[in-house]
Amino acid sequence: MSDIKLAEAPPGVQGSGFFATTLDKAIGLARANSLWPLPFATSCCGIEFMATMGATYDLARFGAERPSFSPRQADMLLVMGTIAKKMAPVLRQVYTQMAEPRWVIAVGACASSGGIFDTYSVLQGIDEVIPVDVYVPGCPPRPEAILDGVMRLQEIVKNEPLNRRNSPEYKALLEKYGIQTNG
Amino acid sequence: MAKLDNQTVLRHLQNRFADHIKQVSEPYGLLTVEADTTHILEVLEFLKTDENLQFGYLTDITAVHYPDLDKEFAVVYHVHSLVNNVRIRVKVFLDGNYPAIPTATVLWNGANWMERETYDFFGIQFVGHPDLRRILNVDDMEVFPMRKEYPLEDPNKVDKKDYFFGR
Repeated sequence: MSDIKLAEAPPGVQGSGFFATTLDKAIGLARANSLWPLPFATSCCGIEFMATMGATYDLARFGAERPSFSPRQADMLLVMGTIAKKMAPVLRQVYTQMAEPRWVIAVGACASSGGIFDTYSVLQGIDEVIPVDVYVPGCPPRPEAILDGVMRLQEIVKNEPLNRRNSPEYKALLEKYGIQTNG
Repeated sequence: MAKLDNQTVLRHLQNRFADHIKQVSEPYGLLTVEADTTHILEVLEFLKTDENLQFGYLTDITAVHYPDLDKEFAVVYHVHSLVNNVRIRVKVFLDGNYPAIPTATVLWNGANWMERETYDFFGIQFVGHPDLRRILNVDDMEVFPMRKEYPLEDPNKVDKKDYFFGR
């Protein structure tokens, strides 16, 4: 018996030779277990992320096998480190270049709230410029905490309705940040 | 060549500029003199080109804001004579309403970015500078953040608000 654990099937109706579930759940399962991360690392939290990607903690176990250094192919933007106000437009552009569906994790105190840098030159949390799905506390957070953040995001992804990205609420959210939506 | 001592440097300066060199002090052994706006370029040029001194290297240009003084701003030049192994600090005090001083880019190209930085943070006008615009802060910033009248903290910070702590 192999000790490899497979992703659990979503709830559904099972019978001889068939299994029925909702499209939302099936696609959510696929998305959650193949999140391609885009690391946006500006300081020490990025170093912790390197450890998270490494063999000991191995982020790839969660399906995040391929770090994408192009926003076009990435699903999950990990912002790690202090974002200066001068960097904010760059971060915003990276986010707008990502294709839907896209998720954002703010890793560490600086990305979440500005951290110790309570000063005129530093963005007081990236949620001033882009919407954030998961916040990971810590200064810097340990790799376990980053993994926990990714697993929590997986839960969000699994349970996201397929039409969420077309909903008026989602469009209103993006418009609140001044990010253009198509249609 | 032996290290030039501070007294020799000061004697050369005072021989040339007499009363225009004021407020001489030596905190931590660093010769510090004060010049005025009209003579600062001559002083720097003399320091750079005089064959006995040869202060060829401009270490830094910065400024200090003293809100309680009549002349609110001090522009500070650090120059270094690599040949004579000695440094000097030259200060110029400027009026608070329109702090302006001639540019040192005519002497050192390296002064370009130093003066842009000083303009960026203190709003000192370097007259004659080829491209005086912000260098480190965001372009649309409306204040000169190192002036004491502007708060250091970002006004958008919410997680230190009292109501989060039951105060």
